[in-house]
Amino acid sequence: MSKTIKLRKGFDINLIGKADNKIAEVSQPETFALKPEDYKGLQRPKLLINEGDTVKAGTPIFHDKNNDQIMYCSPVSGKITGIKRGEKRVIQEIQILADKEISYEKFEKFSVSELKNQSREQLQSQMLKSGAWVNIIQRPYGVIANQDETPKSIFVSGFDSHPLAPDYGIIFKGQENYLQAGFNVLKKFTDGFVHFNLRGNAEIPSVFSQIKNVELNKVAGKHPAGNIGVQIHHIDPINKGDVVWTLNPWGVILIGKLFLEGKYDTSKIVALAGSEVSNPQYYKTYAGASIHPLIENNINSDNVRYISGNVLTGNKIESKGYMGYYDHLITVIPEGDKHEFLGWILPTIKKLSFHRAFGLLAKTSKEFNVTTNTNGEPRAFVQTGTFEKVTPMDIYPTHLLKAIIAEDFDDMEGLGIYEVIEEDLALCEFIDVSKHDIQSIVREGLDLIQYS
Amino acid sequence: MKFLRDALDKTKSHFEKGKKFEKFYYIFESIDTLMFTPKETTHAKGVQIRDAVDMKRMMMTVIIAMIPCLLFGIWNVGQQHFIALGQQAEFLDIILIGAMKVVPIIAVSYIVGLGIEFTFSVFRQHPINEGFLVTGMLIPLVLPATIPLWQVALATAFAVIIGKEAFGGTGMNILNVALTARAFLYFAYPSQISGEVWTFIGDNAQAVAGFSGATPLALGADAVANGTNMMTSMSSFGEGWYDNIYSFSNMFFGFMPGSIGETSTLMCLIGAFILIATGVGSWKIIFSVFAGAYGMGLILNGFGANPFMDMPAHYHLVIGGLAFGAVFMASDPVTAAQTETGKWIYGFGIGMLTVVIRVLNPAYPEGIMLAILFFNVFAPLIDFYVVKANKKRRLQRATV
Repeated sequence: MSKTIKLRKGFDINLIGKADNKIAEVSQPETFALKPEDYKGLQRPKLLINEGDTVKAGTPIFHDKNNDQIMYCSPVSGKITGIKRGEKRVIQEIQILADKEISYEKFEKFSVSELKNQSREQLQSQMLKSGAWVNIIQRPYGVIANQDETPKSIFVSGFDSHPLAPDYGIIFKGQENYLQAGFNVLKKFTDGFVHFNLRGNAEIPSVFSQIKNVELNKVAGKHPAGNIGVQIHHIDPINKGDVVWTLNPWGVILIGKLFLEGKYDTSKIVALAGSEVSNPQYYKTYAGASIHPLIENNINSDNVRYISGNVLTGNKIESKGYMGYYDHLITVIPEGDKHEFLGWILPTIKKLSFHRAFGLLAKTSKEFNVTTNTNGEPRAFVQTGTFEKVTPMDIYPTHLLKAIIAEDFDDMEGLGIYEVIEEDLALCEFIDVSKHDIQSIVREGLDLIQYS
Repeated sequence: MKFLRDALDKTKSHFEKGKKFEKFYYIFESIDTLMFTPKETTHAKGVQIRDAVDMKRMMMTVIIAMIPCLLFGIWNVGQQHFIALGQQAEFLDIILIGAMKVVPIIAVSYIVGLGIEFTFSVFRQHPINEGFLVTGMLIPLVLPATIPLWQVALATAFAVIIGKEAFGGTGMNILNVALTARAFLYFAYPSQISGEVWTFIGDNAQAVAGFSGATPLALGADAVANGTNMMTSMSSFGEGWYDNIYSFSNMFFGFMPGSIGETSTLMCLIGAFILIATGVGSWKIIFSVFAGAYGMGLILNGFGANPFMDMPAHYHLVIGGLAFGAVFMASDPVTAAQTETGKWIYGFGIGMLTVVIRVLNPAYPEGIMLAILFFNVFAPLIDFYVVKANKKRRLQRATV
């Protein structure tokens, strides 16, 4: 039963520098990296390669010491040029210098009709060893799915409502067959539905228009309408004990390709956007790409922040850093490390705010140039009722956060910790008058519940 | 402004960790951040951009909303003074007398309150919160102009230390801080804050013949005690020195004796408009306090057991401090109910209880102060049940 959902709560952040609708190639060779910290739920990676080894796309690089079934594989073929470690020898990056022509590990190949007759076990083992499995994220906790579980349903969000988000109609163009094959594969993993959620009040991208064998739902509204957690909450909410799997369409396509082509192909189209980019546009590359070739001679000013992902949930990276495995966006915005005289009270039409407190006169519908300045100092919770306005779920964010801070397990469960991950409350963190680190509080709560 | 920034940066080094004045870092920081917004940027993880709003701007919005009440209050203190003396006066003289009485009270409230905040920030090593900027203005506005300054100091100290800092500072307090100050005075020094204290007459001055400083609420209490007709005594009050002082319109505009900032319902409504338009105050609370008071007034009209009960319900909205309390006190987000459903219950409760106290318990002529404090205490309970309903919905969903 397909559903149509209209969300009234939420907030769209409009930023300057949306990517233009054109796709550029990046000159090869370039370096790529696998970052263990991208993978939520991964505890202690055990390396399977050494520096100097040559690998193919799909060669296992490491696996979790607690789970040797799920392989984390190289996104490209090439040579391992460096293993960067941090404090206590924690592995931060495994760097790979890519070949000019990418060569692939060979996996079993199926035709569309053969694929229909495969059992879950056969499909699963190929997904685990090829590296494709890490695209399946499990709720609750937002961690990589446990291969021994059967989810009650599987969710895929067909649009991204984050600030400057890439247009899925562009980045997945022409991948219909792989997407359909991926969905057919996923269907074997659940007794319930595979939900595919599209934007309600917009034209459906051609790549999504012919998809079958899924439950098509429509979700209309402001951000976070595109967040999978919000969609699950309204379509088939997670209760205690439930397991739901979620994927990005990119992951579904990757799984489809794995079976139709017999290769682990991490090629993706990413958007480079933000107010400091001279030519915001799309680029064709692979997962874990170095952003350096993209931003070289393409940035307006010196003091900027590079973000892998969007401005709400992304991570800061260096100018020679690498994109996160799951990201399709690089955002470049100005750093805000400047003092401003009486900036806390002067009326302004240039600053973006969800609130309408004295002097914040800007219309939120126009596009803004926002810096990384915190615009204020951390304080205790004071303002009430605002988090609810940007959280289109039947959840009390403040109470949930306080329960986490107090480590009250019963309250966390009762108030819906199983239904959220960081990104679902990211807008609360943005609008918070008291400048709390809400996303890290949410993760703390999830870790508490999951590991104790 | 570069020279100022440089000077601050230079001074800052003396307050950093390990330096001579490290204990006073947060005092320095509060001055620094008052002049310039800090240059802090967002962390590597979590949101990379932050909303332009901060606590300072939010608190400042509340203060701006109070300015109409304050300015009108200053004028009205002077105006009532000259009315009591039976004199006509120039606008400037009126303002001068008003400011003479009001400004010292504000100064004492801020000096004592901020002094305590600074002291606590040094001993507790926490940043100075902006909350007192609002409290420091609220306290004078709910006191009569005739209050002795030492009482203002004592009440402020009590409210900040016992009412707020003991609980952990701004955001942690259970009771509204300004009302804690007023309640303290009300019970500790009743003779200076109840009875006919509302009009400043002056030491050597003589009030005009027939003058009485009684407020409508006192008339109400009198009506209950002696069975006089409330409406007649209201309309005949002030005859000879200020006709129609307690007519509905006069009370709505606030040309009557009372605490400094609360007499004018109109000014409170302007404040409410600012708070609601900026989204800083909850319209649900403000509206439901008025609605609760009006509704209870109507219910009591139905009984009509004593003359005060017979007073038309809409009079309740303009007499006493109801409007001021509804707009500036009840809507304090820290001490109010925090859930949206809870805010309705909280507001209605305050409005109804205010009228109940006024009409049924003449020992406490003004009900709004006690009603708000009472519901401050109950707000967590209201929230508890609202949140419990949410948990229950979640559980029921699981078993379906």
